[in-house]
Amino acid sequence: MTASGAAGSGVPHLDVDPFDMRFLADPYPAHELLREAGPVVYLDKWNVYGVARYAEVHAVLNDPATFCSSRGVGLSDFKKETPWRPPSLILEADPPAHTRTRAVLSKVLSPTVMKQVRDRFAEAAEARVDALLQMRNFDAIADLAEAYPLSIFPDALGLKPEGREHLIPYASVVFNAFGPPNRLRQEAIERSAPHQAYVAEQCQRENLAPGGFGACIHAQVDEGAITANEAPLLVRSLLSAGLDTTVNGIGAAVYCLARFPDQWSRLRDDPSLARGAFEEAVRFESPVQTFFRTTTREVELSGAKIGEGEKVLMFLAAANRDPRRWDRPDSYDITRRTSGHVGFGSGIHMCVGQLVARLEGEVMLTALARRIAKIEITGEPKRRFNNTLRGLDSLPVTITPA
Amino acid sequence: MPAITFIHPDGKSDRVETAGGESVMQAATRHGLDGILAECGGNAMCATCHVYVDESWLARLPAMAGDEDALLDGTAAERRPTSRLSCQITITPDLDGLVVKLPERQV
Repeated sequence: MTASGAAGSGVPHLDVDPFDMRFLADPYPAHELLREAGPVVYLDKWNVYGVARYAEVHAVLNDPATFCSSRGVGLSDFKKETPWRPPSLILEADPPAHTRTRAVLSKVLSPTVMKQVRDRFAEAAEARVDALLQMRNFDAIADLAEAYPLSIFPDALGLKPEGREHLIPYASVVFNAFGPPNRLRQEAIERSAPHQAYVAEQCQRENLAPGGFGACIHAQVDEGAITANEAPLLVRSLLSAGLDTTVNGIGAAVYCLARFPDQWSRLRDDPSLARGAFEEAVRFESPVQTFFRTTTREVELSGAKIGEGEKVLMFLAAANRDPRRWDRPDSYDITRRTSGHVGFGSGIHMCVGQLVARLEGEVMLTALARRIAKIEITGEPKRRFNNTLRGLDSLPVTITPA
Repeated sequence: MPAITFIHPDGKSDRVETAGGESVMQAATRHGLDGILAECGGNAMCATCHVYVDESWLARLPAMAGDEDALLDGTAAERRPTSRLSCQITITPDLDGLVVKLPERQV
């Protein structure tokens, strides 16, 4: 990986492939290279602009009129290529269309709704700790980071019990598909047919239990907020982005707390820090590493001229560790003031399920901190490779009861 | 620059000098004030920068948008007629001296 000054434009061209396996295995040296090369860089491998500093990532996220989403938030430009699936009505949309659909999901996942489901989510977290205390030695990914959201989120959505094994593989396809046409993306899409069929079926009104998030979305059709054709696609958004992301978020938090025992003991001393410990893990590990935007016009960004119709890759994870914005960015500190991190994005497309994620993270970490004295890593953690998501495939641990 | 006074639930107060164009939430977090979480970073999505605005100031604030109104129904501490989200109050020179009370809890 080398940096070289480009003739004329002033934008450094980098020979960095952010979707290469070596990059994904350890992105931090490359993140630093990207950040320090300049406020805007150009990646020759995929012919895209890149921003890795906090200020520019935040600026791009907050100017959706210039940096649009409707041409896709992956490398593929929907104006030039046919999307692999019908575009999302919220993620891959711009105002004013986005404003209407966004309002529906905001309402379904509002703070008021979170208050109603909080006790249920907390009870499920306690039940998970019961099971873990029986096991003592387990895989913190499969048995905790996956098992907990799987025990609560599909039910909260109102999904049928059958076929839920498609959920994580489907999400994995969705997030791989934002990447370039590399092996990760190609193989994911090749294997996606059964997962897509399952998801399309579950999004239908008759397959969603009354009272769940899915049924609440369909109820918005009766209110006239969306059409009957739009509702299933909005349910699809929750199926795409509501599970694997929280799996990686909780996995990140447990991995952090297991690696940094001083932070674990602070959490043990004061379990009310659980919500902050989760939020800091989202900043520190950034389960969603990157997203693209497409320029709608020629624009100057921090001195760099970018033409119309260019893809801009935002390195959320690099922004979350930009020393220009964060003190000791590479330290996991559960009492850090994390407000403003871009782990959930920022601006009009900021994660609509962020309250669900925080609730799951908070109640799970609270339950762990109250009842477990020690979490020790007992084997080599294995990474799960995805073009967009960062997380582990397995994390062998042993726990000591409190 | 306009100054704002934050009154904590225990009655203690902090007077904060604000910077141009920032919100009440940003002024609070920039000064490391306890009692404002602002988990969503000022995007009007989380309701954790809830404040009770001193009654004498209420009418002078920018009007509330629909999304703020809806979010206030979900605040952790009780919603009152004086409730606002501090990320939605941009500080202007005429708000010099603004007084807001912090709720007991944000989550």
